[in-house]
Amino acid sequence: MFDFFTKDRPASVMMLVLGAIYSVGCSDDSSSDESSAATRAAMVETYAEIVLASYEDSLTEATAMDAALLAMTETPTAATQQAAQTAWLASREPYLQTETYRFYDGPIDNAKDGPEGLINAWPLDEAYIDYVVGDLTAGIVNDSMVTIDAATLESLNEEGGEENIATGYHAIEFLLWGQDLSETGPGARPFSDYVSGEGSTAENQDRRALYLMTVSDMLLDHLQFLVDAWDPADASAYRAEFESAESTEALRRILTGMIVLSGFETGGERLQTALDTGDQEDEHSCFSDNTHRDMIQDIQGVLNVWQGSYARLDGTTISGTGVADVVREVDSDLAQELDDQIQESLDLANALVPPFDQELVTKDGQARIQALIAALRAQENLLEEVFQMFELSIPVVE
Amino acid sequence: MTDCTDIAKRDAWHPKLLVPPSFAPGSFALGCVRRHRIGAELWVHLVDHPYVARACATRLALAILPLLVLSACSSSGRAAGSFEPGEELPGGETTNTLLLGENAFIRPASNIAEENEPLFFSGNSFFNQPWVQAPASTESRDGLGPLFNARSCAACHFRDGRGRPPLEPEEPFLGLLLRLSIDGQSEHDVDQPERDVDALGHGQPIAEPSYGLQLQPFSVADVPAEARPEVHYQEIHGTYADGEPYTLLDPTYTISDLSYGPMHEDLRLSPRVAPAVVGLGLLEAIDQVALLELEDSEDVDGDGISGRANWVWDVVQQTWSLGRFGWKAEQPTVRQQSAAAFSGDIGITTTLFPAEGCTEAQPECDSALSGGAPELSDRLLLRVEVYTRLLAVPMRIRANDPEVLRGKQLFHDAQCASCHVPSYVTGADSDLAEVQNQRIWPYTDLLLHDMGEGLSDHRSSFAASGSEWRTPPLWGLGYIEVVNDHNRLLHDGRARGVSEAILWHGGEAQGSKEFFESMPAEDREALVAFINSL
Repeated sequence: MFDFFTKDRPASVMMLVLGAIYSVGCSDDSSSDESSAATRAAMVETYAEIVLASYEDSLTEATAMDAALLAMTETPTAATQQAAQTAWLASREPYLQTETYRFYDGPIDNAKDGPEGLINAWPLDEAYIDYVVGDLTAGIVNDSMVTIDAATLESLNEEGGEENIATGYHAIEFLLWGQDLSETGPGARPFSDYVSGEGSTAENQDRRALYLMTVSDMLLDHLQFLVDAWDPADASAYRAEFESAESTEALRRILTGMIVLSGFETGGERLQTALDTGDQEDEHSCFSDNTHRDMIQDIQGVLNVWQGSYARLDGTTISGTGVADVVREVDSDLAQELDDQIQESLDLANALVPPFDQELVTKDGQARIQALIAALRAQENLLEEVFQMFELSIPVVE
Repeated sequence: MTDCTDIAKRDAWHPKLLVPPSFAPGSFALGCVRRHRIGAELWVHLVDHPYVARACATRLALAILPLLVLSACSSSGRAAGSFEPGEELPGGETTNTLLLGENAFIRPASNIAEENEPLFFSGNSFFNQPWVQAPASTESRDGLGPLFNARSCAACHFRDGRGRPPLEPEEPFLGLLLRLSIDGQSEHDVDQPERDVDALGHGQPIAEPSYGLQLQPFSVADVPAEARPEVHYQEIHGTYADGEPYTLLDPTYTISDLSYGPMHEDLRLSPRVAPAVVGLGLLEAIDQVALLELEDSEDVDGDGISGRANWVWDVVQQTWSLGRFGWKAEQPTVRQQSAAAFSGDIGITTTLFPAEGCTEAQPECDSALSGGAPELSDRLLLRVEVYTRLLAVPMRIRANDPEVLRGKQLFHDAQCASCHVPSYVTGADSDLAEVQNQRIWPYTDLLLHDMGEGLSDHRSSFAASGSEWRTPPLWGLGYIEVVNDHNRLLHDGRARGVSEAILWHGGEAQGSKEFFESMPAEDREALVAFINSL
């Protein structure tokens, strides 16, 4: 018997202890059968495969976007700008599905070197990057004293304690669309912000292009970092530790991400807050008016993990063992409830009428958002039941 | 289906489980009691097995009662040193029993009312998301600085936990700030509060003329940051009575790269670490009478421990109030504490503190664009206030461990509990029903105590002298290492863990410290284990 009660308890051990406590209380004899251990192991493996595939797809789309951004900065026209915007929208689709891998100190957001803040930080310090209404000389783009390169941007943005405010998807979004000052449409940055000489708008077009390509490069690096962290061939990568951990611990991480993303992050911090503040631009993809896709794909990501299934960019599908399969062995009713609930959340997210900022100010739109919040809260509550049920039914290894 | 309580009893002694038998009865009680939603607003306490619970909800709620009584009966004798039912849930019904580990502090009160959920989550957003420079499309979230210590509350209270000092000299200050002032205090006349209604005319420290009331090492573009602070430590060596040596770190601070001229020659400096922000609504809900009964300013009982209230200025009520929050109990309410932190730390104005806080020596600060007047509306401040008031204290998972209980006895023997008062029942007056009438276990009296020269900042504030500090609550302390990945304690984070923190205690706590120093190693370990179990 080993000693749980040491002074330095890592989170995992604490959770095992908690698991033991719950077990002491009310464990069910039928729960410690061998077959569920096999199911759990298969689920962990599928999860890791999906994580890797979705980060690979995110990298693929970001690489395509990088090419489109380069084409636009080399030949700025309305067509190249639109192609770049389309590439940005496409790049968000696989990435948003990875957000359920957050919140458990995994590679994406562990406190030491997780790049989440550099990839997806919000809100954006627009005036820290480029001109804004009210200050036409604002930002690093218009400050020739600042060298624009990855090292400088990273160090500048670490100041003041947040990991980042001026890199990642939303920085690229801002540099493509500009501020969203329109009541009904997205931002309307003219392509001529990148034209030098005749027909140009704004100042420092070359520096703006350099900034854009620099943050695009950084995004590729950070996505590559995530792909590497989930590389099955690298014994020193995070994935090896993840797969060799107790299945209780892997489950704890997976469910923590699902629970926090469902209720706290999507339902609470994003939807509830936008509805509550009533600020039109208090939405995550405010420049492009793409916020409704954020909701849909975040929920899709939870569904992927729940079902153990992920539709890849190349048309193939990863299909393995999901959290649902593990739950179904213990409580098929609860599994069914979650099947229905996550699908309902997804349907309600799809029922939002874009743009999201208009949903915020109409009565019908607010009702649709409210319904989605309620569904996500129900989804969170059910996932919490799963969380506590597993603490009950997974035996602590001797 | 088998009676759930029978399963519980049988499994409590199941030989396959890695739980010491002596741990089992209490752990059963804490593991099994859980809120369960049955309908929109009804919550019941149940055996903690959701799918079983759904099957036999009401029956179980009744069936669990005798078992709880059983575990209560097993804790005979004095309270100290034995398990007291309920102490595993330090926040009463608000206690977080779900996600622990690194997420131990992020949860709302378990009994949060449905109508408060939107406020909580909005508040969470404004606590966590960074503020940006004005102007920005996100109009609710601009107005950072011009001078600031951090871009968000969460930058210092990471995961709603605790900050620490920089570990390397070149590391920026985050989670630790330096309060500034010059010798003396502003007019302080308790009998004539109306004489000076200026928010800075009631015994607060006097601002350093060029830099204000705290050093802000960061700034928005085009405004020079104030200066670069550094901390250096000198080692102090000592030995326990049993001969085991220990080392303490004594900090000194240097401030360089001064952008706004030299500092005043009578500069006073007070380092303050960002504390964890769980359970604040419960602390606010403790009856004032209960706290004032603990006062013993003249040490009438002769135990060497006095304890005084800090009476501070409430800028909303325009009256004197009992100080409860901050390292010197300088703020009367969570609302005022939050607004003061928005103002001083992030540079966000509120109706409570409408000025940006630029000094006459800082014209660039004065002319920088504002994010509105105020930058954080009362409506949003309310949300942050509700958020911090309803952040739940996590459950204790070792409350009934034999070593922990031995440590608990030693905690009382060493008189720690004289100031770190274990438990209260909150009052019924709070406007948040969640925190009313709760049996809580914060381990504080919220009063000021002389902690001796070693910890003094030589800077008076309201009734607090330089060597007086508010007893900080100890609940949640054991989770800091998991949540925040460090073990730095005390007001400036100088202590590396509980033992060092105790060894820095002086003044009224000198006797307790000496008692600790004289203990054999295994007793010291048990005492530390108890505190880390909170």
